[in-house]
Amino acid sequence: MLEKVLKGSPKYYMWLAFLGGIIGIGAITYLFQLKYGLSLTGMSRDVTWGFYIAQFTYLVGIAASAVMLVLPAYFHGYKQFKKIIIFGEFMAIGAVVMCMLFIVVDMGMPQRMLNVMLHPTFNSVMFYDMMVLIGYLCLNAIIGWKTLECERFQIAPPQWVKYLIYTSVIWAFSIHTVTAFLSQGLPGRHYWLTAVLAARFLASAFCAGPALLLLLLMIVKKLAKFEIGKEAIKTLTIIITYAMCLNVFLFLCEVFTAFYSNIPGHMHPLHFLFAGTEQGLPWVTYWMWIGAVLAIASLVLLIPTSLRENMKILPWALSMLVLATWIDKGLGLIVGGFAPSPFGTWALYAPTVPELLISLGIFGVGAFIVSILWKIAIDVKREAGTL
Amino acid sequence: MKRSRRQFLKVASLSVAGLGAQLAAGGMTQAAAAVKPSYKKNALALKAKRWAMVIDTREFASKEDFDACINACDTAHNIPQMPGNTEIKWIWKDAYDHTFTETTNKYQSKEVEDREYFMLCNHCENPPCVRVCPTQATYKLENGIVAMDYHRCIGCRFCMAGCPFGARSFNFTDPRPYIKDINPKFPTRMIGVVEKCNFCVERLDEGKLPACVEAAPGKIHFGDLSDPESDVRKLLDENYTLRRKPALGTEPGVFYII
Repeated sequence: MLEKVLKGSPKYYMWLAFLGGIIGIGAITYLFQLKYGLSLTGMSRDVTWGFYIAQFTYLVGIAASAVMLVLPAYFHGYKQFKKIIIFGEFMAIGAVVMCMLFIVVDMGMPQRMLNVMLHPTFNSVMFYDMMVLIGYLCLNAIIGWKTLECERFQIAPPQWVKYLIYTSVIWAFSIHTVTAFLSQGLPGRHYWLTAVLAARFLASAFCAGPALLLLLLMIVKKLAKFEIGKEAIKTLTIIITYAMCLNVFLFLCEVFTAFYSNIPGHMHPLHFLFAGTEQGLPWVTYWMWIGAVLAIASLVLLIPTSLRENMKILPWALSMLVLATWIDKGLGLIVGGFAPSPFGTWALYAPTVPELLISLGIFGVGAFIVSILWKIAIDVKREAGTL
Repeated sequence: MKRSRRQFLKVASLSVAGLGAQLAAGGMTQAAAAVKPSYKKNALALKAKRWAMVIDTREFASKEDFDACINACDTAHNIPQMPGNTEIKWIWKDAYDHTFTETTNKYQSKEVEDREYFMLCNHCENPPCVRVCPTQATYKLENGIVAMDYHRCIGCRFCMAGCPFGARSFNFTDPRPYIKDINPKFPTRMIGVVEKCNFCVERLDEGKLPACVEAAPGKIHFGDLSDPESDVRKLLDENYTLRRKPALGTEPGVFYII
């Protein structure tokens, strides 16, 4: 099936070349980071995780979201999703690879990264995070490839694939729970020290991931001319809407706990994110308000059935949702966690240009992987007549 | 050519003879024993079940009082003098409300509030940094000291996110150009690793007290917390002391006489 990568239209090659260019820029910038260290980033002694880890956190959610297609299809026998499951699984592969790259570029000593395996530390959540990420990558690669191959030869997938699929459902929940546990159990970081963090992560993942998938599918649908299936879109948007409602609800629970208890430590991060400090408003405040407005706007467009089923409005609602959840998790979460420093002061952080270029390069890698995998999937499906 | 061959034969024959003699004397077993790594503790080493520090904050009035300790630590451990918010700090001073974030009081004694306080790694009994480190580069010694292996650290900075005391520093750049006078007795660090105060574990092994304690006689005390007869325990008995963020349950090993 790999040969499908090699045969495509000029547009397809131009797209890959464009991504190659972005990856190249990121890679060259990373060489500078290797030489001059993480001093090229906006991180500091007090804000020790920044844009990289925030992107990692967000993308784990995107990876885990494939489960929102797999679960209804395999646990509830919902057939409408079967046609698009492969796209979700292949997107998860791209997302996990990006997660891993974001962790690597965030390391001060990437050449020592095998130490995590050479000295397995069972009390460190990072050990489990590495295990679940690698496991999830393998699961999706094996399941995706095998089911596509069977589709190509028009035979039913073997029984063992089913067991792997059931495993992958539980695994998807675990990858995002473990990621939440990275932050959730740290004393002294009030924004993260909350039991609903893992639940928030899952809720935001299960709306953002399928929303992104649906958006990408809509683009590819136009380019490759195929039908996603009205029924599938309908069900998926309902899932997205419920997950987003839950996501917003859980965030409001945090707001209530912080401000009704009136405990300064719990109020500080939210206050910083949405109202800045005495010295003024940091850049993240504007973003947080944009995120809040977009979150509400997306719900306004998604909750009423008439609006949700309007195919002209839906892409806008989904885009708003993706951006809102990205601002919450891909910017606010890390900044809010570190901004109130351990000394009761405000530690300011803003990503630098090299940091953004390296991140862009990694997004390029993800897009490259997803493009190639989706190309294979579409070609195989077209040949098999299942598109 | 001739000479080198003769030299070779000389060395070779002597080696064979030597090996033979050693074998005859049961030298093989001895040689094997010598290869086996052995670790011998220095007889002079100071010992404790749980090292702890008591800082008499009343005794630190002038800038010189603080600088003496900071300089002693900096020179002993090759701490780079870096500007900006990516600096390396093992022991440093700060305001009352930055040190004791949860014990501040609107109507605090002016004298206590205006004083400055030392901050350093607390060598906690339940250190979050050890709990989160994915490679065991941060580990706890039997005597309660939380130590760092700079050669195993992968620079993930999870320990820094975990430490609620902000006691750890990361080498964002190569620290070596920023070291004034390199002390050859202590290693310098490389770019990309985390470091922090080590309670002068290398000095304790030589029978010496920590550098900051030595630089501030009678002002900073160091001893075994598990021994009721120790100096630190007596000071804790007689004085009112505070610890940083006790509510987090990390059980810091640094006490402040207020």
